[in-house]
Amino acid sequence: MEKILFTPLSEKDVVDLNLGEVVYLTGTIYTARDEAHLRALELYHEGKKTPVDFSSSAVFHCGPIAIKKGDAWEVVAAGPTTSTRMNNMEPEFIEKFHPRAIIGKGGMSAPTVEAMRKFGCVYLAITGGAAVLAAKGIKKVSGVEWYDLGMPEALWIFEAEKFGPLIVGIDAHGGSLFAQVDRDVEAILPRVKARLGL
Amino acid sequence: MIPDTLIKETVIELLRKASTKLPTDVEEALKKAFDAEEKDVARMQLSAIIENIRLAEQMSTPMCQDTGVPIFYVDMGKVKTETIEKAIRDGVVEATKVVPLRPNAVHPISRKNPGDNVGRDMPYVNFSMSDHDYLEITVMPKGAGSENMSALKMLTPSEGLKGIKSFILDTIVKAGGKPCPPIIVGVGIGGSSDIAAKLAKKALLRPITERHTEKEIAQLETELLEALNMTGIGPMGLGGKTTVLGVNVEYAYCHTASLPVAVNIQCWAGRRATARIYENGKVEFVTQRS
Repeated sequence: MEKILFTPLSEKDVVDLNLGEVVYLTGTIYTARDEAHLRALELYHEGKKTPVDFSSSAVFHCGPIAIKKGDAWEVVAAGPTTSTRMNNMEPEFIEKFHPRAIIGKGGMSAPTVEAMRKFGCVYLAITGGAAVLAAKGIKKVSGVEWYDLGMPEALWIFEAEKFGPLIVGIDAHGGSLFAQVDRDVEAILPRVKARLGL
Repeated sequence: MIPDTLIKETVIELLRKASTKLPTDVEEALKKAFDAEEKDVARMQLSAIIENIRLAEQMSTPMCQDTGVPIFYVDMGKVKTETIEKAIRDGVVEATKVVPLRPNAVHPISRKNPGDNVGRDMPYVNFSMSDHDYLEITVMPKGAGSENMSALKMLTPSEGLKGIKSFILDTIVKAGGKPCPPIIVGVGIGGSSDIAAKLAKKALLRPITERHTEKEIAQLETELLEALNMTGIGPMGLGGKTTVLGVNVEYAYCHTASLPVAVNIQCWAGRRATARIYENGKVEFVTQRS
């Protein structure tokens, strides 16, 4: 049975999720990469509002290819970008804006895992590079903010329908699939080195 | 004389082909990897990748939203051209609109994005010469997720082959799931710092099914492939048997006092396309560089 979550997400929605569980998202999703994280935090520090309300939202580490048809934007490809680039900003972003889900690839560092535990947020991993497949779950672009940052770095507002499959990579309880794999890799390294004669 | 217009048209077609259709060697390797994986999480990643490749080709849509920055390799052959660098640049601008490609090129400091994928030394063109009776253009769209995990180290000669292997292993383990594994690993050994880096990237142009012509280097490639797949990093870093689809090594002689090693990582979307243009106007799209 497929599990579909609807945005805005409640605390219960995400706290109930288990590591490795497969879910889909339906509802509004915001994209934010390096520059949008920077700008959102800058605005926060200046006491100004961001153009969208990130609280209870799903934030997607994504810089899509979009084309303009008449007045409307259409998404061509929209896979995830490497989430670790946001490692130095995400804990503060989660603390200040309270999103409930971060969508990306490659996982995130321990301070982000801790912020997710503290503020009730999860990391949903989507297959990197599978951008046509991902775009199939995005039914409409309802807006774009901060387009001056360029197409990849702008803040896109997507209406998603059964967006996924997404794997719960970091849960709201301090668990991380990526940290587990890191430990497994660490454990096997002596054998890998022996194979290479090191 | 090959006119600029023909070069421009060919460049647009090369960028379209490279962005929407994966070379057969890479696609086959991904399918084999899917068959070999046992864990659900790894199979799910590979099945999404394989389905995505199918959709991209069917819809003639870029398989990844990161259409990269176009790295060009141009062999001038013995043919005459007009203003080839401008023609390539114009082709990139047009391809950005019509394929479409994501406008990725920005000023490195201001981060300003002109929106058309060109700028100072962008696209970068590597020129070479030969006695072929055609002009050969290869494009490798290079995404940042994998490029960001690439590395260079100036080893001391006493560190030798062990130092080389150790550096490659460290680089791949550090990269983990970030460069979109299963990855292709390009290694450049020797030369100087810049030459090692160029060789590492150029190594990615060789089909992963083809081993180096020298036995010792071919053995090193096979040994590294096996060892790197023992790490268990797996598809997307979520664990599994397939971390690396192929390892290609190139080398150059270097100074007796140095041992440069560079690793250039390519994501599973190991995109590349090559065309030959003849002076009579004939254009051939080939699967492999000459």
